[in-house]
Formats: sequence, C-alpha cells, structure tokens
Amino acid sequence: MKVGLFIPCYIDQFFPQAGIAAFELLKKLGCDVDYPTAQTCCGQPMANSGNEEDAKKTYKHYVRTFRDYDYIVAPSGSCTNHVRKHYDNIAQSPDVIHVRKNTLDFPEFLIDVLKIESLDAHFPYKVGLHQSCHGHRGLKLAKSSELVGEEYSKIRTLLNMVKGVELINLDRTDECCGFGGTFSVKEPEISIKMGIDRIDDHLRNKAEVITGGDMSCLMHMQGISLRRKDKLRYMHLVEILNHT
Amino acid sequence: MNHAKKASEFIANENRTNWHDKSLWLVRTKRDIAVNRVAEWEELRELASQIKAHTLSKLDDYLLQFEKNALKNGVQVHWAANGKEHNQIVLDILESVNAKKIVKSKSMLTEECGLNPFLEKHNFEVIDTDLGERIIQLRNEPPSHIVLPAIHLKKEEIGELFHEKLNTLKGNSNPDYLTAEARKHLREKFLNADVALTGVNFAVAETGQVVVCTNEGNADMGVHLADVQIHSMGIEKLIPQQKHLGVFTRLLARSATGQEITTYTSHFTSPKKDGQMHIILVDNGRSNMLNENNSTALKCIRCGACMNTCPVYRRSGGHSYGSLIPGPIGSILAPIKNENQHADLPFACTLCGSCTNVCPVKVDLDKQLYNLRQQITQNGNAPKLMNFAMKIAGRVLSSTFLYNFSGKFARIAVKYLPRFILYSKLNIWAQKRELPKVPEYSFKEWYKKNNTHE
Repeated sequence: MKVGLFIPCYIDQFFPQAGIAAFELLKKLGCDVDYPTAQTCCGQPMANSGNEEDAKKTYKHYVRTFRDYDYIVAPSGSCTNHVRKHYDNIAQSPDVIHVRKNTLDFPEFLIDVLKIESLDAHFPYKVGLHQSCHGHRGLKLAKSSELVGEEYSKIRTLLNMVKGVELINLDRTDECCGFGGTFSVKEPEISIKMGIDRIDDHLRNKAEVITGGDMSCLMHMQGISLRRKDKLRYMHLVEILNHT
Repeated sequence: MNHAKKASEFIANENRTNWHDKSLWLVRTKRDIAVNRVAEWEELRELASQIKAHTLSKLDDYLLQFEKNALKNGVQVHWAANGKEHNQIVLDILESVNAKKIVKSKSMLTEECGLNPFLEKHNFEVIDTDLGERIIQLRNEPPSHIVLPAIHLKKEEIGELFHEKLNTLKGNSNPDYLTAEARKHLREKFLNADVALTGVNFAVAETGQVVVCTNEGNADMGVHLADVQIHSMGIEKLIPQQKHLGVFTRLLARSATGQEITTYTSHFTSPKKDGQMHIILVDNGRSNMLNENNSTALKCIRCGACMNTCPVYRRSGGHSYGSLIPGPIGSILAPIKNENQHADLPFACTLCGSCTNVCPVKVDLDKQLYNLRQQITQNGNAPKLMNFAMKIAGRVLSSTFLYNFSGKFARIAVKYLPRFILYSKLNIWAQKRELPKVPEYSFKEWYKKNNTHE
C-alpha cells in the first residue's frame, strides 16, 4: 500500500512541525509513505471565493501529483473535503475518480483503513477539541450536534488512545471558529468575534491545549490568543497523536 | 452590498451582540432537545424533503387541483404574478366591501409585497397583530428574523416604545405588563376590524384548505371576528394531501422554537355564513426558481432554524443582511431574485454547514451558497480585488515552481518586514490577530533535507 502525504499549503509554509508529525506518525504506523514534492494546494482558497474556474488548474495539478498512490492522506478535513466534494467540475477521468475516492483525512485513514486500536503516545494535558466544520460536517468525522442519532467521534477515539490526555467538554461542542478562508478578512469583526467566543469556551472549561484537525482554524484562533496573551497552546491533532 | 459594514455596526455594541447570540442559541438548544425526543427525526426530514421535491416537480397540477377544491368550498381564488398584482387584488377586495380597518396576522409574504405601505397610502388602517410584528410596525422598521421579528430589541426598548405609542407607564419594561397592555390594545383593533388577512403555512391541494400556525391565536381571532377573510400565500406552500400535513407540523414547531407543535394550528376551509373567504396565490419570482439550480430553496417552510444556528447571523443581527429574509436562506433567496443588489450575501458565511443540518426539509444551504459564489463571480458581480487576487492564486498554486518561490518569499517577508508595516491598517488579518510565527524552513524544505530517498 503506497501512501502519498498531502501537506496543505499553510502547514507547509507556516506550521512545518505539524507536517513533520504527520509524516513521522505514518512512518511509525508502518506505512510506505512518500511526500511528492511537486505538490502545491488543493485549490480550495479560489473555489470558496467563487473562483472555481481559476482553481481547475490546481485540481489537475493535484490529481497528476497523487494519481499513483493507493491512498492520499492529508492532515486537514477541509482540504480532504474539498477534493472529495468539489472536484466534480473537471472531467471525471479514472485518475480523478481514484484520487477523489482515496483522499482521506488522518482520522479516517487511521480508523477506517489502518483500523488502529492503540497508539504509542503520551500527552499529559487538558485538551480542548475544536471540531473544524468541513471535517466535522463535511466528512462526518463525528455526529454533529444538529443531527439525531448515535454519538461517535473518530477524533475523540484517537485522542483517547493517547496516554495522559484529558479531553475537556465544551459548552458548544461544534460551533464554527469564524475562520472561513477569505471570510476572515472580508468580515474581520464577525470572524474575530466568533474566534473569541470559541476560545473563551475552551478557557472557561480549563483547556490547556486546543487541538483540531485543521491548522487553518487553529491559526486563526492562535492569532487571536497571541494578541490577547491567552494561556493556551495550539497543536494539530497529529502532533498530539505523535507525541511521546 | 455591505453586510460586513452593517455587521460591524451591530457588533460594535458587544453586550447586545452577546445577548443576541445567547438568545438565539437558547432557541437552538430548545430545538435540539425537542428533535432528540423524536427517534425518527432524520427520516421525517427526508420524507418532508421528498414530499416538497415531488410537489414542486408538479406544481402546476397541484395548483389547479387546489384552486378547483377551494372553489368547491366557496372560496374566491385569485392569482397574482407579482407583489403589485397581489396588493391590487387586496385593495379591490377591501373597496368592494367598504372596509376601512384591516388586521393582519404574521405574513412574510405581505412584507415581501410591501402591502402595508401600499394600503396606508390608500388610507386604510393596517394593524399587524402578532406581538413581535406589532412592535416593529410601531418602530417602523423591518423584521430582523422571520419567526422572532423583534429579537434584536431588548425589553427596555420595547417598554420605551410602548410608553410613547401605547401610553404605558414610563420606565416599566416588565414583560408581563407590556404583553397585557399590548393585548388590550390589539383586542380593540380585532373588535373593530372589517377584514382579516393572514399568511399561510401550508395549503392542501386535495382539500383546498389553508393551514396557519401561530402561538398567539391572532390568526383565529382576526378571522373569527371579521366577516371577510383573506389568505395570501406563495405558490410554494402547497402540499398534495391532508395526510402529508402531519409530517410538516411535526417538523415546523420543533425546528422553529423547540415546541412540539404551535399553540394554534388553524385550518381554514370555507367562508363563514354571509361572509367571504379569499385566497391569493402569489408567484412573485417563485416560478423562475423552478429549475435544477434553484428549486431546492423553494422547499423552505420558513421555520427560521437556519438563522438560529448560524454563527454569523447570531452575531451580525438580521438587519445586516439588507434583505427581508435574512440569514442562510435569505442569502440564497435574495441574490437569486436580485444578484446585483445582494451579491455580498453568499460570502457572508463561513460555509460551516450547520444550517444544512438543522433544515427540516433538507435544503442543502451551504452547497447552494457555494454555488451562488461561483455564479456571482462568473457574472462579474464579485468584488474586483478579491477576484484579481484569486486569479493570481490560481496561477501560483497550479505551479510547483511559483508555489515554492512565493511561499519562501512570504515567509521572508513576514520574518523581516518591520512590525509597523506588517501590522498596518492595510493588513486586515492582523488588526486583532497575530500572524503566525515564521518557521526557519517549510515542511517541503525539511523533507528534502531529511528524506533523500533511500
């Protein structure tokens, strides 16, 4: 099984430690993992801003880069969701179909494909989980609070495998943080207010570390926290899963 | 074109924003409790969605069937292609019975048609009898929510308004007192009305009946006291048969307020003895939406759940949308009707998808908003600067070389530019947020250094 690691552009440029943790974690779990260096981005920034036409070249670049892998694993629910749901406006060649079907977020790959039941990880902190919307509602990584049905959460299942992690409960379990890509600069006041309200929920419930499956949401909240000098650390989910 | 501007005005009063957010979140919480008591909730949503899709696919047949059955019941049926025709029909009815005073129960449709100002221009007295609607009518402003029209106001503001307009005691904003005073005021209006006008929640093609759901009983009170009753409805309100009604009444109140059912579910079938019953079927742009792209938004039953759950709406207030129907569903309906005027609304959203999950008829709101963004951009109605930036991003991100180059450039820029330039007013991101700390190397650089292939 050949695994291609996709590292979203903002992780590549600003949060390499999350990319390194993602790579090391897959290695540790025995995967034949490769990071194709021609990769750039999934195209979501353009498409969510209404410029799907300008994203098509990037879609094709992504498909070319990853078509030879059995699975493409990304530490991002948002990018994964974009490839799976929105690569529907380019010709559906066998390569495109293959890449769309087999691009997975980390929680999906670890639980549904590798079917791991334990992890050699240790992280003795109170952790607040930010459930980024595209992974949460798009990929259905957990039951969202609006729906009626059995409770489940792939991310919580993984975090519970890490020794020492104490997962805190939030007042609002899955409200958006207000990042929303270009929304964060188009509507800065609302975006920041949404971020503040999320962070305060974590602080009220005594989180020491906020984690989540999307670095973009964490970057937004971390930016606010740094400015406010909150006593909080932000770490991508894979950094905790890889922490010993 | 200024949701962001109006939102920033609303949010400038942080106390009000927090209170607005909490009030609506409480409604969302009540909704969650109510829907979790219905084990088959998700199946019910799916069923409702399919009934609506089916009805819309044969809307012409069902409309004719509805008209035939309503006529059989002794109802006078009118067809209005737009708001202007609707208002003229109402005026003609009022003049034919020498009416002077009209009481209305809540109807977003008559708001859409601009009925109140039209009738007031013709010297009629029009009174909205739903308490929230009456409040905003006295303030001369539009509703900020389709179910809770005065949710943007605090009780002190209503106390002052009632003191000024209804002569209540100055400084008294006790909700029980204010409601009792409003009741007295409205009772007098009900008793003296010549004509009662209501909106419609559901119209049953099989029986020719219209169904109105209220909590205050004001639709019944108006209709029972006046000799002439008028029911104005959008053509999308139809459902095929009586047996389908229960699916929707179970969904509506739970989604809207967390009640199991509205206090009153009133079925109006035929005129009272020596009275008149009119039904006005209004198109006003709806039939233009009966296409592959837009028809799903016509399933909406106006419960307001998408507003209560929307994290943007709760913090920006209903008036920030600048369209009669605000929030997620309004951000779809408004630009479909007038793209140029409302092009900013589909972008006033983080695409979090919570609206899609609460919608009782499964309108895929976030997908619709995403699609509208594409359409608005292609039609050249998106902001020019953003469009230009995205064209450049499209070029850079489709090329490994340009991506690597500009990534490095950005990191060097963030690292070495002095803080007063990086954090100038031009950088909207950084006004209340720090930029990420710049790492020494990108992941790609790390990988190339540390993982030369074995």
